[in-house]
Amino acid sequence: MKELAYIIFTSILVNNYVLTKFLGICPFLGVSKKLDQATGMGVAVTFVMVLATLATYPINRFILSAFGLEYLQTIVFILVIAALVQLVEIILKKYIPALHASLGIYLPLITTNCAVLGVVKNNISDGYGFIESVASALGCGLGFLLAMVLFAGVRQRIETSKPPKCFEGVPITLVSAAIVSLSFYGFAGVIDSIFA
Amino acid sequence: MKAFENFAKGIIKENPVLVLLLGTCPTLAVTTSVSNAFGMGAAATAVLLGSNVAISALRKVIPDKVRIPSYIVIIAAFVTIVEMVMHAFVPGLYDALGVFLSLIVVNCIILGRAEMYASKNGVGASALDALGMGIGFTLALLAMSTIREVFGAGSWMGMSIPFVSEYTVPILKEAPGGFFVFGCLIALVNKFGSHKPKKEFTCEGCPSFGLCGGKCSVNDGGSGEESEAV
Repeated sequence: MKELAYIIFTSILVNNYVLTKFLGICPFLGVSKKLDQATGMGVAVTFVMVLATLATYPINRFILSAFGLEYLQTIVFILVIAALVQLVEIILKKYIPALHASLGIYLPLITTNCAVLGVVKNNISDGYGFIESVASALGCGLGFLLAMVLFAGVRQRIETSKPPKCFEGVPITLVSAAIVSLSFYGFAGVIDSIFA
Repeated sequence: MKAFENFAKGIIKENPVLVLLLGTCPTLAVTTSVSNAFGMGAAATAVLLGSNVAISALRKVIPDKVRIPSYIVIIAAFVTIVEMVMHAFVPGLYDALGVFLSLIVVNCIILGRAEMYASKNGVGASALDALGMGIGFTLALLAMSTIREVFGAGSWMGMSIPFVSEYTVPILKEAPGGFFVFGCLIALVNKFGSHKPKKEFTCEGCPSFGLCGGKCSVNDGGSGEESEAV
């Protein structure tokens, strides 16, 4: 139990996918303008990360590693994730239309989100078991959600500020992302001392 | 002459990283050292060339409705080849790039070029386009990693630089430094470059644009016209 909590908190705060590992930067910078969009995107990514881990772990364990086909991981995983996302979208549309209305538009976008493929591949290279992989996916997703929500707040302040002309738009967004990332940098020691 | 322009546009006028703002994840992640940046640039250029040529050759065969999944499979195949070649011949670089090597699959530049260029143009033109874009990507990575390695670690390509190595700013090699240097580089291009970078991260750079049609992020004003201009 302690290990699982360690994995989840480390992936939320210390190894935050967006702010320290640079995965999923496109949605982080592109969809963080408004708080509700940022939250929707974050929840959808968390959802797909956990589902993708649930689907790819058995495939890797019982098909790819069992037959020595690890080199096919990249192709197989991206196809599985793409098919899974389509399937989830169809199921949500049919049975839970309310959830589809709020998450549906973000789902197709996530197919090619590098954070999702990244979490699946990292879980395998870290040698995690099934439960640990799911915990790590959940933690990474929540970390992504946290970064999106925090940054949406920062973005709203940027909108009203007046940076130098050449820094307007993208550059000032990146510089403020650097400052948000710096704040997460401070968590590195905290987790280790809590779980020591 | 037209062929040359086709090749050269990716290097400066439509530089994928600094002007089109594509492929930000690898740009930020692998630029901690010049050798990593060079390896990433070469790997991405190889994949881009392979996938652009293959997709352009198959553009009349692939049905429009399933084009995105087909492109992804073609790109994933080339990424796997590059991964295996690098694992066999440059294992050090393979380990240093880690997960970002397989993440070339979802690099916006590659799917973006497939969707915007290779699916509409001939094989030769697509190959030139891929080479230009690949070199533009590599040069941008080199510029950024040079700043980060020289000032962050006091070395270049692993060679220690006398004086500078005594006054390093290690944070530049870490995550916050990546965002900061990238922001400053774009601001520099904004200030001195003849081709202005896009004002915002817009949808058409996203590989899933064909799927969601920009519905995912409803930007208020401006971005719509810009995406048509590209």
